[in-house]
Amino acid sequence: MKTLVRYARLFRVQIRTSALTLLQYRFDFFTEGCLEILWAATALVPLLVVFRYRSEVAGWSFGEALLVVGWFTLLQGILEGAINPSLTSVVEHIRKGTLDFVLLKPADAQFLVSTARFQPWRATNVVTALVIFAYAFHLLGRPPSAAGILGALLLLASSTLLLYSLWILTVSAAFYVVRIDNLTFLFASIFDAARWPSSVFRGFLSVVFTFVIPLALMTTYPALALLGKLGASSAVVAVAGSVVFAVLARAVWRGAIGRYTSASS
Amino acid sequence: MPSFSSTTRALPALFRIGFAGAVAYRAEFLVWVLSTTMPLVMLALWSAVAREAPVGRFGQREFVAYFLATFIVRQLTSSWVSWQMNYEIRHGTLAVRLLRPVSPMIAYAAENLAAQPLRLVVAIPVAIVGLLTVGVTALPADPVIWLVWGMAMAGGWLITYLASFAIGSLAFFFESSIKAMDVWLTLYFIFSGYMIPVELFPPGVKAMASWLPFRYQVGFPVELMTGAHGRQEAFALLAAQWIWVALMGAAALLLWRRGLRSFGAYGG
Repeated sequence: MKTLVRYARLFRVQIRTSALTLLQYRFDFFTEGCLEILWAATALVPLLVVFRYRSEVAGWSFGEALLVVGWFTLLQGILEGAINPSLTSVVEHIRKGTLDFVLLKPADAQFLVSTARFQPWRATNVVTALVIFAYAFHLLGRPPSAAGILGALLLLASSTLLLYSLWILTVSAAFYVVRIDNLTFLFASIFDAARWPSSVFRGFLSVVFTFVIPLALMTTYPALALLGKLGASSAVVAVAGSVVFAVLARAVWRGAIGRYTSASS
Repeated sequence: MPSFSSTTRALPALFRIGFAGAVAYRAEFLVWVLSTTMPLVMLALWSAVAREAPVGRFGQREFVAYFLATFIVRQLTSSWVSWQMNYEIRHGTLAVRLLRPVSPMIAYAAENLAAQPLRLVVAIPVAIVGLLTVGVTALPADPVIWLVWGMAMAGGWLITYLASFAIGSLAFFFESSIKAMDVWLTLYFIFSGYMIPVELFPPGVKAMASWLPFRYQVGFPVELMTGAHGRQEAFALLAAQWIWVALMGAAALLLWRRGLRSFGAYGG
């Protein structure tokens, strides 16, 4: 309990420092916001073109597919606002050998590096996602059920945990292969596949996307939950899966950090 | 102004340096290549759409051909010069480059082109897989089209390189040109035919895409490879492409010359 309080306080301090840093770059807020809307458009344009030719793709109507895009936008916001910035700085630390300063601090290193930097302006993604959700349900002609919303929120938490774990695994790789500062690009491009309902990926691609990177779980499941189409057992499996992944990522991180040799020594 | 003969003499060395650089950072290079898998994702989406019935002239087989070709063309026409310039201008290391008796515009181009052999290592297997899946008959038989294709690839690379160079030069005027590059890339993804074949756009958008430079970077060579155009059309599009090459070249030169005047090389 005492450690929990201590870490909560630490978390608040970390957030405050990154907020203070960001206040120096206020202008970025606007440019980033505009860019965000452009990026959301790249997710919508193919959808609009595809549904010019079909009223249904892989079992999904336009409104339903929009929900998946909405979750994609939301998770992208979380990824780029809360997960990416911190973990990119870890790669930088490893390269320069300045990770020493983090390891010396009397707190858990994974916690410290994961909360080092936030980009609050990615909250624009949340707003964009909400607009997409609203429009999707307007098209579907019915609101989501309370149980559906609850389930979707639970799955959102597990998707976030999963994304974070995947990132920890990727960053752990940086201990072994030092110069990979464009990891963010790779990660973002793989995550791109989550724009579409998972049933789009059949055959060869399905194997890659559903099992190597549990994308379906991240965007399609919450969308299904909102639609009231997701079975309770799938939801339980999804949540359990993300917890297993988090434990695995933690173990890999500990193994990787054991291999860290500071650059200066 | 460095003379023409000294530049040609320096070229082989520049190529060797660029190639050695690409080989030295092969892990990073591989990550770069792997991060251009979007055509495969789009392939999955579009073949799901074409599962029951073809879309326009595109059945599943045509989509496979189109997006594998897109992957190959993107590999062979890409350039990272704007990120490189952004870094070197901000850190002042551009000063070192300016001391050399070769125009940086040529030096960057040589370095970027020198990585092509490594890109071929990725592109050729994809081409083989593509040929095995869709068959040789999917390719145009007309040698003239292939001649045009060769020029279209060169033009596509030049537009990409010159545009990146122009945007990279913006780092002279602003704190960072990365944001501008992001905007450019977003438009590129939408209008180049990279995610959606241009001919599947509604007529108005399709016409707009033909006026913008992006289609000539990727879409046009891909369309030639997949036999979308006859000779007449191919020539007309090639002319349009090279007009864009000239325009981008002018923009790149102008921004570079203007920007260089204000370059202070702080701490360099």
